[in-house]
Amino acid sequence: MCDGHNHTHSHTTTRVPVAEQILSANDRIAQRNHSLLHQKNIYGINIMASPGAGKTSVLLKTLEALQGRLKIGVIEGDPAGSIDTERAIKAGMPAIQVNTGGECHMDAVMMEDALSQLPLDDLDLLVVENVGNLICPANFRLGTHLNLVIASIPEGDDKPYKYPGMYMGMQALIVNKIDILPYVPFDMDYFQQGVEILNPGIATFPLSCRTGEGLDAWADWLVEKARAEITPK
Amino acid sequence: MHELSVTQSILDIVLQHAKERKVQQVNLVIGQFSSIVDDSVQFYWDIIAKETLAAEAKLHFERIPGEMTCSSCNHVFHPGSETFLCPACESNAVRVSGGREFQVDSIDVE
Ligand SMILES: [Zn+2]
Repeated sequence: MCDGHNHTHSHTTTRVPVAEQILSANDRIAQRNHSLLHQKNIYGINIMASPGAGKTSVLLKTLEALQGRLKIGVIEGDPAGSIDTERAIKAGMPAIQVNTGGECHMDAVMMEDALSQLPLDDLDLLVVENVGNLICPANFRLGTHLNLVIASIPEGDDKPYKYPGMYMGMQALIVNKIDILPYVPFDMDYFQQGVEILNPGIATFPLSCRTGEGLDAWADWLVEKARAEITPK
Repeated sequence: MHELSVTQSILDIVLQHAKERKVQQVNLVIGQFSSIVDDSVQFYWDIIAKETLAAEAKLHFERIPGEMTCSSCNHVFHPGSETFLCPACESNAVRVSGGREFQVDSIDVE
């Protein structure tokens, strides 16, 4: 440090160019996870949504619809607790609970750790239920093939405009709870316009876990998508 | 809060490039579509950078606004939070053309 008296500063500052992506370390591990899934012939999907959008309902309905078609494993990311995992296990699937310890997203290291605990040789499809949050999970790649966002009608039609990063980081979109469309103000055109601008041509599945409407279309698409990448065991 | 893991990643990158030199400033470039909270990153930085050569480094955030380009009239604009339509011609044929940045651009070392 310099003291108070007058002298010519001899400190020099050098600017060192870095130009490195902040999450490059995470992305490298995500790439490793992806290679492992590829090697084990497993299709991976990462489900993201805000709390209350119906992630768990969609997951359980999807698992039901895929029964007999693909062998499925589940990773549940939660800040704490294991309620969802117990439900998945009860539904007959290998499931691993990842407690993020208060963090609002899963990262590639948590994913890697969870993968090491699953019977990968017996799986065709791996479903990751990420922490309920629309801000950041899309920034953290896990190594899955598909990022799925679940939006829901009660959340309102302005979500793409408020969380553009999330809507840019997905490869499929479910719009859940369409059964309540007649009862709430939700401008589907406005919603879809935002989605289309952020993510042109994205596969979108309006559905209702309560009535079952639209679920088959989603499940069939997912199976087709998975089979394009893997050979079911 | 995802800022803790983001801050840890920034510190790792910085120390790796500092090569044992004292770090005075970290220059970050963050696009509007990659949201982080400056104050929160600085808060974690003060804790985790302690006892490293980057302990006294100032974090400088260069913010890049979200940018869209209209393919109907070629107008380039910063989208609002209510609509993404082109403000010049009201077309919805617009595409994201900037604001995805999320990187450590450079560091200033002694
Ligand atoms: Zn225009």
